[in-house]
Amino acid sequence: MNGALLLSLAWRFGLFSLMAVGGVNALVPEIHRQVVVLNHWMSNADFTGLFAIAQAAPGPNMLFVTLIGWKVAGLAGALVATLALCLPSSLLTYQVVRLRERFSDAPWRQTIEHGLAPVTIGLTLGSGWLLLRTANAHWSGWVLSVATIPLALSRKLNPLWLLAAGALLGLTGWF
Amino acid sequence: MTPALIHPSRRELFAGFCKVGITAFGGALPLVRRMLVEERRWINDQDFLEYLGLGQVLPGPNVLNIAIAIGMRFYGIGGALAAAGGLMLAPLGFILLLAEMYDRFAGSVALHHLLGGLASVAAGLMAAMGIRLAMRLKRVAWRYLVAILTFAGVAVLQFPLLAVLLTMAPFAIILSWHTARRERRA
Repeated sequence: MNGALLLSLAWRFGLFSLMAVGGVNALVPEIHRQVVVLNHWMSNADFTGLFAIAQAAPGPNMLFVTLIGWKVAGLAGALVATLALCLPSSLLTYQVVRLRERFSDAPWRQTIEHGLAPVTIGLTLGSGWLLLRTANAHWSGWVLSVATIPLALSRKLNPLWLLAAGALLGLTGWF
Repeated sequence: MTPALIHPSRRELFAGFCKVGITAFGGALPLVRRMLVEERRWINDQDFLEYLGLGQVLPGPNVLNIAIAIGMRFYGIGGALAAAGGLMLAPLGFILLLAEMYDRFAGSVALHHLLGGLASVAAGLMAAMGIRLAMRLKRVAWRYLVAILTFAGVAVLQFPLLAVLLTMAPFAIILSWHTARRERRA
């Protein structure tokens, strides 16, 4: 196993952990930039395919990172990437909760929360845009993506049905 | 009268978050609220909102942050480990199994096609989530400006996330502080 590669994964994903403002969804463009654009560890199709698998699987959406780690460096890579993504933010949470009694009603916490909300929105939209661009090599893919948006916004259907429909339509080979 | 809250054992913490982990698809937060507040009554709604706010202000996976905070409420670090372990272990095992299958069938044309359709829908779901959040944003000019600049930074200009965050987060927090101060005066 390549130790240098694992170390590189560990510090990259450890940094991602502390940059995941509003959750892991914020990280999609940065992970893409590092694993596809800068390091050529996988293709666009791999990247969006792995993202889609994680969305269709049960569990927290951070498991996308587990699959990225797997693709880069096998089982060890999967475990290193997952642990690196979880550990720094978890330690921070642990410390903050321990001290929480002292500032649970502090006005600055709300100030930070309200300030970061639009940043989170910009990052989530950025993740959406990056996935739309990289998942859709042909116009037919764009049609499928764009058709998904109003269905998802209406909230009448469980997203799992939309993903299942996408997988079935995909078997036609049009996307 | 609201029914009394229940103090879970460590094993119940693990089992409760384990159930959330294996039944959550595409975002676990609504499930966590139902489990914690309605089904098991470990905390009330107001507690949950506070944990949710904390989980979202702090970086990292939101659900994991909430699991850690709830676990700590009952048993300190042991509770945090029980809740986080319950949440992560089963889904992690399952995703590794999927990864193994992905490798085994990497050459399959059918799998390639299936993932193409799946990925287009997954991209649409992420875009929809961003749009839904944006529609809920308070109608204040600077919030829109911050959202648009952040989007442009990561998606259009493709700057490193760290650079975007170090620019936008302080800018947004200062504006938020300014708004709060003006509201207090008014």
